[in-house]
Parts: sequence; structure tokens; C-alpha cells
Amino acid sequence: MPDPKPPRKDWPLYEVFVRPRTGLEHRHVGSLHAADATQALEHARDLYTRRMEGVSIWVVASTAIRALDPDDADAFFDAAKDKVYRHPTFYEIPEEVKNL
Amino acid sequence: MSDTSDQLLPRYLLRLGDTSLVLSQRLSAWVGHAPALEEDLGLANITLDLLGQARLLLSYAGVSSSQSEDDLAYGRSASQFFNVTLAEQPNGDFAHTIARQYLLDAWRLSTYSLLTASNDNRLAEIAEKTLTEVRYHIRYSRNWLIRLGDGTNESHLRMQTALNNLWCFTNELLTVDATDQACVQAGFGADVEAVAVSWNQEVEQTLAQATLTRPETTPFSWYGKQGVHSEHLGHMLAQMQSVAQAHPGAQW
Repeated sequence: MPDPKPPRKDWPLYEVFVRPRTGLEHRHVGSLHAADATQALEHARDLYTRRMEGVSIWVVASTAIRALDPDDADAFFDAAKDKVYRHPTFYEIPEEVKNL
Repeated sequence: MSDTSDQLLPRYLLRLGDTSLVLSQRLSAWVGHAPALEEDLGLANITLDLLGQARLLLSYAGVSSSQSEDDLAYGRSASQFFNVTLAEQPNGDFAHTIARQYLLDAWRLSTYSLLTASNDNRLAEIAEKTLTEVRYHIRYSRNWLIRLGDGTNESHLRMQTALNNLWCFTNELLTVDATDQACVQAGFGADVEAVAVSWNQEVEQTLAQATLTRPETTPFSWYGKQGVHSEHLGHMLAQMQSVAQAHPGAQW
């Protein structure tokens, strides 16, 4: 049997998202190593849903995620600092309206 | 086998329960030693499922003789255990553990599927609960068998070697004996011939996918289910039972 590619030394990393019983959206719960996505799902089941935490699981190869470089954070977020008017805090809330 | 009818159900329950218990004890030895942290937890989860099944089955088996699950687990010698011989085989390398697990999972899947229709309600309930767990177990062991069989030269070789070494224990899973027959006649046991049909289907399909060769079946059969075991069970029980026997009745 030919060996097309040499075996990997380490399994690639996957990020795991679980939708909790009580929630609507999947939340990032952690990461794990697996040989492929199928196995990553099983590992996620074994690692992150042992205590009935979830009703659905997503796994994503960590390499598929593009994250912001922390050095760029100022350029991304500073511009929003002096724009308080973007918060809806300038409205008078009528007395009758509760629970807003 | 000369079980009277009221001993028949407990004996049958011990065959199932001891198989789960012994396999659980074997698998537990991987905890802390598995090839990857993720597999460590995967195997530990299966270990705990098996232990849970064993507790249900042994508790039920002990009802008629007023023995607790602990009495049965810790108070019997090897010849009083009725697990199938495959379950007690040593872990070996990861491929051996996977081969043992897969061949037993396929057997447990067909057996418990049939047992959900048992005329013994309690056994049918236990089978129902067990079946959902076994479906996951076989997914795990089947995927690994295929992954290793259809993997590198080295993994293929190890997987095939493991199958070759353990194949002689599969005869017992698929061979009817007098107790099996009596249990089917009584309406609570699984028909071993029907089990054999679905077991063969499952295994054929998976081996083909894993590019593994089905080893030759030899006529010789083990009879762990009648209490006649390989050399390995006694050693394993000595370890499993040592604390309970050094401190009888201890609580914690």
C-alpha cells in the first residue's frame, strides 16, 4: 500500500462551539486536537458535553479563523470612543414605559 | 448447562453484566495513558458507560439471591464470571484495544437491539438505555478501526495484526449454547443466530471500508460465558478485587 503523505506529528487544532440547552446561539467553549472534522466532533462530544451542556456542536479548524492582531486594536476600536451619540441614551423615556 | 428456570435469568444477566464489567475494567487502564488527551477522555467515557451498564445488570442479577452488585463484582472468582472471553483480553497496543472494542460493540449492538423486545420488562428497559450508549461506542471504535486500517502502512499492519490475534474469540459471540437456547425459548434472551447475521453484516462492511482482511475462522471456541476463561481473567480480577477483599464492607 503506498503511503501518499507522511503521518502528521500532531493533530490540527479545532475550535469548538456548543449550543446550550437554554440558549439559541452556539458559544465558543474551547479547542481540541483531532485528525479531521469528523473526529473533532466526537472529541468535542467527549470533552465538552459530558455534563449535558449542549444540544448542538460546531467544530471549525482553528486555521480557518482570522483573528485581529492585538496591535491593531487601537486603529479598529478607538474611533468609536468619542461617539457617545451612538448609544441610545439621549432619549427621554416616558414614565409609563417599564422594563426598557 | 443445567440451570433450572429460576437460575436462568440471573445467569443470562451475568453473561451480559460481566462482559460490560470486565471490558470496563480493561478500558479503565488506558486512563492517563491514551495516545492523546482527547482519546483519554473518549475511552474514559466509554469505560463509565460500561460500568453503569454492569451495575444495572449485576444489581438485577443479584435480586433473586439477595446479593448486591458489589457482592457479585468483588466476591466471585474467575470461574464464576460469565463474560465472553474476548472482553478479558489484555489491552495490547491501541489497535488491539480498538479491535476488541469494535468486535464487542458490534456484538453488543445486535444483542441489545434484540433485547429491547425481551419479555422481561426490566431487561428490556436496561437494553433500551444501553443501546443508546452502544450506538456511540461503535461509532467511536468503528471510526478508529477504519482510520487505522485505511491509514499508514504501520497503522494498517497493526490493525490487521490485532484483528488476527483476537479473531479466535469471535466464535464464542456467535455460537449458541444450551443456556442461550433456553433463554430464547423462555422469551427473554437474544437469538444468537440473529445476532450473528447482523454482526457479520456490520463487520464485513467495516472491514471492507478499513481495507482489512477478515481472518480465517477456526473451529475452536472459547467458553468464557460458561465460566471457562483464558489465563488473563484471574490476573485482572486479582487487581480489580484486591481493595474490596482487603477491606470487606468498607465504606467511603
